[in-house]
Amino acid sequence: MKTGGANSREIHALSVYVANKPGVLARVAQVFSRRGFNIESLVVSPAMDGTFSRMTIGVSGESEVLDQLIRKVSKLVDVLHCTDHTYDDTVTKEMALIKLAVGSEDRAEALQISEHFGCKTVDLTENSMILMATGDPEKLDALVGMLSKFRMIELVNTGAVIMSRGEGET
Amino acid sequence: MATDPISGGEAIIRCLENEGVEYIFGYSGGAVIPIFDAMVTTNTRIQFVLTRHEQGATHMADGYARATGKPAVVLVTSGPGATNTLTGIMTAHMDSVPMIVLTGQSVTPMIGKDAFQEADIFDITMPVVKHSYLVKESNQLPRILRESFHIATTGRPGPVLIDVPKDVSAGDCTADLHAPMDLPGYRPDTPEYEPADVQEMAEMLSKSRRPLILAGHGAVMSRAEKEIRRLAEKIKAPVTTTLLGKGAFPESHPLSLGMLGMHGTAYANKAVCECDLILNIGSRFDDRILGNPAQFAKQARILHIDIDRAEVYKMIRPDLYCVGDAREVTAELAKHVPELDTGDWIERLAKYRRKYPLRYRKQGGLKMAHIIDELYKMTEGRAVVATDVGQHQMWAAQFYRSDDPHNFLTSGGAGTMGFGLPAAIGAQFGRPDDLTVAIVGDGGFQMTCYELATARLHNLPLKIIVMNNHYLGMVRQWQELFYEDRTSGVDLEGNPDFVKLASAFGVKGFNLRRSGDVRKVLGRMLEWNDGPCLINAEVEKTDNVFPMVPAGKALEDMMIDPPRKGQKLDKPTGST
Ligand SMILES: Cc1ncc(C[n+]2csc(CCOP(=O)(O)OP(=O)(O)O)c2C)c(N)n1
Repeated sequence: MKTGGANSREIHALSVYVANKPGVLARVAQVFSRRGFNIESLVVSPAMDGTFSRMTIGVSGESEVLDQLIRKVSKLVDVLHCTDHTYDDTVTKEMALIKLAVGSEDRAEALQISEHFGCKTVDLTENSMILMATGDPEKLDALVGMLSKFRMIELVNTGAVIMSRGEGET
Repeated sequence: MATDPISGGEAIIRCLENEGVEYIFGYSGGAVIPIFDAMVTTNTRIQFVLTRHEQGATHMADGYARATGKPAVVLVTSGPGATNTLTGIMTAHMDSVPMIVLTGQSVTPMIGKDAFQEADIFDITMPVVKHSYLVKESNQLPRILRESFHIATTGRPGPVLIDVPKDVSAGDCTADLHAPMDLPGYRPDTPEYEPADVQEMAEMLSKSRRPLILAGHGAVMSRAEKEIRRLAEKIKAPVTTTLLGKGAFPESHPLSLGMLGMHGTAYANKAVCECDLILNIGSRFDDRILGNPAQFAKQARILHIDIDRAEVYKMIRPDLYCVGDAREVTAELAKHVPELDTGDWIERLAKYRRKYPLRYRKQGGLKMAHIIDELYKMTEGRAVVATDVGQHQMWAAQFYRSDDPHNFLTSGGAGTMGFGLPAAIGAQFGRPDDLTVAIVGDGGFQMTCYELATARLHNLPLKIIVMNNHYLGMVRQWQELFYEDRTSGVDLEGNPDFVKLASAFGVKGFNLRRSGDVRKVLGRMLEWNDGPCLINAEVEKTDNVFPMVPAGKALEDMMIDPPRKGQKLDKPTGST
């Protein structure tokens, strides 16, 4: 290709605003899979106006190619816009549920860490607990790191949702 | 405004009438009976053309659309009927051809349950359509049909698929046939070009000493031929076109360099290598014209005009681009550029033209190039030519020069064998009074030759030339050049007698065996006036197309003539 430039592999945060119709997700996903992009996270839900949906997609791959893919997604008939917010000023949050195998001896320590990170304890049994954590992705990574000293039975993460700061639309 | 209920099928037919549809190309089946029934109950003036295969129907529709510039309609049944259209849809998609494909579907309660003749055609075709629908209720039909035509024909055109369950076409429709569209995400008309971009392009052009205009299919689709001509003549820039751009600039014009790329003219490829600026009007820089993209036009600044934002930067990083309609932008550009003095440049290219002309030998064995060249002369370049894919296609592109952008129909992006005959039939339906010639290889012809029946049934005055080299010629050429002549899987042993085959369909056939008979036999074909006729041309078995840029190599590495005997060439690295 007569192109130079960065081959950055960082994760890009895209917001895609689409008509809430069947098949739209498949069309969007296909644009990425065709060029070998891996979708790292994906959150889809109805927008404020229920006839539309908002997708937040985390993808990694070459930036140069990604630019072209964003244009391709934008061009889909049911897509109103597809925007890369990676370098924008955004609020980025995700939620995780973490199930730990903890008995009475280390429960106190687990709760302490949990409290420090502002988690909620949403389930508690003799030998396990489920924590609910919300926050930006770095915070959740740090939390998971701290909890790795316990046996983690399950981890479910929603993936990031983003919103532009200020009055502008995402 | 609500109306008395009509059936979903009737709504479809009425909507097609409202869109000005003249023909539906297709094939019947259980899942579409309500739509076929509606053709009777509505007493429609739309003519249904029953093909012999659904692939034939899609290529026919494609040929009709390319030759007329109007959207074409295909109607087939569910399951295998639908999947048989896949190749035709993909072919249309690659070349941005406006087409509406209506497929039947099982009844809605059975969808997804492996019902009889059920195929998930909505998902199967998703990568090769511009857009698609699965219709859930009869009342959605009018809106969806309107949207489909709008989507298929605007912006960058393309095929749209509508999957219609049988209960939807049989059910009641009370919706207004002019129901409003609901396409909030579709803004094809946005490429309102930036005048500042054009201004800047004009400035760059004005500094160029060795400019080259490259016109692609986008130029054809936006009907930019007059504007390109005006611009080229004003700045005295030579013009080369892609395979699908043929005719966007008259190839008989002194400034025309013909086609560039893998089998383009030597002088066009040399012009690309030596120019200082390329103005690309509506070509997508396909790998067949770039050679090695990293080596493409190394000395040149590149300006790119395209209606599709996603094409800019895809293959080549331009120095400047403008998103907009090719005709509008070119017209504006012509206003702003000054006349240029390109005398030296034109003279240099004229030398190349004299030194490396396209050529073939009239003596010896019968050559495809010879037949095409004579056809060009005898028809004065006025025929609508549809080709199949292979060596004959490249020779047709080289020797059947085109001055009209809608007269050279070929599967460029997909390279679909089997395209030629049905596309020519579709073109002849759309332009019944124009001389239409299908130039096909013996391989590709056999993929869709059953459509001779369709041509005969409608008594189309179509001419067909089968270039019979008894080989899958283009593949054999690659094996000969790059695989030390180890031919494998290319010998078409077992070909039928094509004249007898034609006669079985009630089509007149002629044999052409000797170079000396080319004019005579072509003359008979051109004079034939009782429906379709066919020439079986027994051409040289091992002739090769040159010039040739091996796939993946730079245009500089073009072979103008066949390599020396015994000269070993590297295997090509580019796509086929
Ligand atoms: C459907 C399909 N299958 C395979 C090919 C690969 N292919 C490209 S050219 C060619 C040979 C075509 O042979 P023929 O139709 O006899 O034409 P010729 O090259 O001899 O003029 C083949 C097999 C193709 N383009 N399309």
